[in-house]
Amino acid sequence: MTTATHNVEHIIKLTAAETAAKIASGELTAVEVTEAHLARIDAVDEKVQAFLHVDREGALAQARAVDAKRENGEKLGPLAGVPLALKDIFTTEGMPTTVGSKILEGWIPPYDATVTRKLKAADVVILGKTNMDEFAMGSSTENSAYGPTGNPWDLTKIPGGSGGGSSAALASYEAPLAIGTDTGGSIRQPAAVTGTVGVKPTYGGVSRYGMVAFSSSLDQGGPCARTVLDAALLHEVIAGHDPLDSTSIDAPVPPVVEAARNGSVAGMRVGVVKQFRGEGYQAGVLQRFDESVELMKELGAEIVELDCPSFDLALSAYYLIAPSECSSNLARFDAMRYGLRVGDDGTKSAEEVTALTREAGFGDEVKRRIILGTYALSSGYYDAYYGSAQKVRTLITQDFEKAFEKVDVIVSPTTPTTAFPIGERADDPMAMYLADLCTIPTNLAGNAAMSLPCGLAPEDGMPVGLQIIAPAMKDDRLYKVGAAVEAAFVEKWGHPLLEEAPSL
Amino acid sequence: MTVTELVSYEDALASYDPVMGLEVHVELGTKTKMFCGCSTELKQDANSQTCPTCLGLPGSLPVVNAIGVESAIKIGLALNCEIAEWCRFARKNYFYPDMPKNFQTSQYDEPIAFNGYLDVQLEDGEIFRVEIERAHMEEDTGKSLHVGGATGRIHGASHSLLDYNRAGIPLIEIVTKPIEGAGTRAPEVAKAYVAELRELIKALGVSEARMEQGQMRCDVNLSLRPHGRAEFGTRSETKNVNSLRSVERAARFEIQRHAAVLNSGGTIVQETRHFHEEDGSTTAGRIKDNAEDYRYFPEPDLVPVAPSREWVEELRRGLPELPRVRRNRLREEWGVSEHDMQSILNAGAIDPIVATIEAGADAASARKWWMGELARNANESGRDLASLPITPEQVARVTVLVKEGSLNDKLARQVIEGVLAGEGGPDDVVEKRGLKVVSDEGALGTAVDEAIAANAGIADKIRSGKVAAAGALVGAVMKATRGQADAARVRELILEKLGVTEG
Repeated sequence: MTTATHNVEHIIKLTAAETAAKIASGELTAVEVTEAHLARIDAVDEKVQAFLHVDREGALAQARAVDAKRENGEKLGPLAGVPLALKDIFTTEGMPTTVGSKILEGWIPPYDATVTRKLKAADVVILGKTNMDEFAMGSSTENSAYGPTGNPWDLTKIPGGSGGGSSAALASYEAPLAIGTDTGGSIRQPAAVTGTVGVKPTYGGVSRYGMVAFSSSLDQGGPCARTVLDAALLHEVIAGHDPLDSTSIDAPVPPVVEAARNGSVAGMRVGVVKQFRGEGYQAGVLQRFDESVELMKELGAEIVELDCPSFDLALSAYYLIAPSECSSNLARFDAMRYGLRVGDDGTKSAEEVTALTREAGFGDEVKRRIILGTYALSSGYYDAYYGSAQKVRTLITQDFEKAFEKVDVIVSPTTPTTAFPIGERADDPMAMYLADLCTIPTNLAGNAAMSLPCGLAPEDGMPVGLQIIAPAMKDDRLYKVGAAVEAAFVEKWGHPLLEEAPSL
Repeated sequence: MTVTELVSYEDALASYDPVMGLEVHVELGTKTKMFCGCSTELKQDANSQTCPTCLGLPGSLPVVNAIGVESAIKIGLALNCEIAEWCRFARKNYFYPDMPKNFQTSQYDEPIAFNGYLDVQLEDGEIFRVEIERAHMEEDTGKSLHVGGATGRIHGASHSLLDYNRAGIPLIEIVTKPIEGAGTRAPEVAKAYVAELRELIKALGVSEARMEQGQMRCDVNLSLRPHGRAEFGTRSETKNVNSLRSVERAARFEIQRHAAVLNSGGTIVQETRHFHEEDGSTTAGRIKDNAEDYRYFPEPDLVPVAPSREWVEELRRGLPELPRVRRNRLREEWGVSEHDMQSILNAGAIDPIVATIEAGADAASARKWWMGELARNANESGRDLASLPITPEQVARVTVLVKEGSLNDKLARQVIEGVLAGEGGPDDVVEKRGLKVVSDEGALGTAVDEAIAANAGIADKIRSGKVAAAGALVGAVMKATRGQADAARVRELILEKLGVTEG
């Protein structure tokens, strides 16, 4: 191995933008970069457990192809050769895709998700697939059928969820880029509790084709990184209209990279929603949030107080809509065509095999939501539950519309608390659901939001996330504001927040 | 299950008034499936026409086939329906292995077309209006093949094979409002409706609507109520009745069965029923006590369908002449009775006759061949007229040859036989079989002379004025020329040579 240890340490701490530049200039080869990250995974993932599958050979082959392209004088894309951790919810041709569930153990998809295809086309090096709450249902990654992931800041604490594998891979320097999906906060909340950056693009901004569905009208794939610019570069690679996804927006991708390179909040109207604080919010989280608002004011933003009463109903509406859709989306896991099959001993009927397989293959949280959703859609209950929830959804969209008449972006804490200990909320679904209190309204309305680090909570020294929310298709505003806030904090702290994390 | 002693049809209708509801599924003839790009071609290797979407693989998503929507709108317009300005697909949730997602993408309370009617003509020419509730878009399921059982049904089977080639093929489901007031003619109305619908679908060019291939499938819902009562009785739903004759028989059987149950003081169970082609009976299937809950909700993976009014009007302007209107026009042009026209329709002969006339035949001859020789051949070989190996142009050519005197009827039949046997076109068959009418006056004159010489007695009778006796000499000449002479000309020659004129 030619890559010395100090060199590994150096390479893995680079941002994606820096890494790509060094590969493009020939200062580093893509193979060196990939080997450094594989070495890092070897060194720390036993503790972190961010990855469910590491595709060593595939990653190196992709890296070699990038190096060959460069040697042939071909033009490289802005993220060519940069390693990435892919959430195990995107199909990857020839590579296992489990969605964190036993029911898909051993399934090798015959096709690539659009996001996977775009990453490969951009010469991004896919290191492997990351851990997640089963079917993206959860806020801690404890619901993975393959065991929990540790938070690199404190391995006894949760890395957030459902995309805890992706956030932990970033925070532990196993990869500079990752992909997540966000149905109720699964990109933003893990970013918040690990001191990383995560963006939920506008619904329809990133194709859902090949993204295993949890709740179709809410699910949205998006970029995860350690810096705002890196997230923007990744956003541009994966976003855009896809004819294979009917809900994909047929419009140009908002200019997110340009925005990230030109961060500013001067003259912007920034909204603070009064519903996003109160009982259940950790003191240190509110403190860091208030400081962030103060900072933006110093940077020239105008702060506007907002009242969005329907946001109080968001969690209830979400826990009717998401389970309803999932009860239907997950019906296909019936042991007939792929995945787990239990009880097929030649005496049992197809129906019995389906029932036994679903019983053995789904975890408790998944079952809970399937049962909830089945009930909510039942005849006689539909109007009271699913129907009412859709009305709340309309109200929330209207509250956002009214708010965005007054402000350019809205800010809030990403999640009410810092990372909690693994096991603490495992048996208390309601407590777990509260982690998504501030993120869910955006999923219901379909607009865009980002989480970025805004400091450590004084009481536990764990990262706090600042959420920035923009109107639909104004994703560039997230990056413009995010880049300005990030730069100001780095200047204030003297270094990126993640450097304060203990070494693993 | 006990076999019910049926009540006679007449007795049943003396006591009860039948109410029907007909649900017809039509497989559209689009090149690709409703929600993916897979081919819809039938009879291919199992599971060769599948992709992640129609197999319901995790992560896959549907995209609506625009031609499917266009076909649905055309059907809706032809059925005099209103076309939705905005409608959505819905998921119908239930588990069955031949349905890859375990929900069917269908439409629920927002069908693409609704509130229409179809006028159908009964055998005696009476018009009966069937009101249409709705026509909606959905996808077909795959096919299960149950192996090892005696009946082909799942009970007793050792295992089942699944073929998803059909999964995702676009279907239009057309549902009537309750059909009331048909009385004793209910089974006939049911058959005429399905027949008319089939003609309509074919005329629109949206499907071949071949019932024997399952491209068009009918469910017959039927209930009885005592005469004079407004509310409906409990219905049975006879599924997958797949020929026009079966539709009529199924309705008839259910009327008799319901009457028997009701007369004996029993109650009709709301259930699906299987129809049996062999004896025209039905047997019980699944109980449907309204407990079935499909948990419909709007399909979140698809955007609403909102056909612009301009597009709908453009499609309306492009509709072909509707079959019943066309039939009445042709009937007058051809000068045939209602009854004959019905027979022509039932034989599937309208289009071939029209095409034959267009190719140069006169209406009477075109009709004569298609309804005579060719219908007989189709019947005997178990084919339909359209699939006979003869084209309307070839039939037209035969009628032209007859008209110009090159062929007589007998020879023409042989020519058609030759074409059907694959010997080539009409002119090839005439050439190869040597079937031309003998019109060479010299050759014919010789044949006549020989006949006169060989039958001197008859010739004398004719000379003495018994002109009727000429038939025998004509027969002799025809025999000598192996039928290839023009009999009328032969007769003329005989009389001429014997110096007599027709009395």
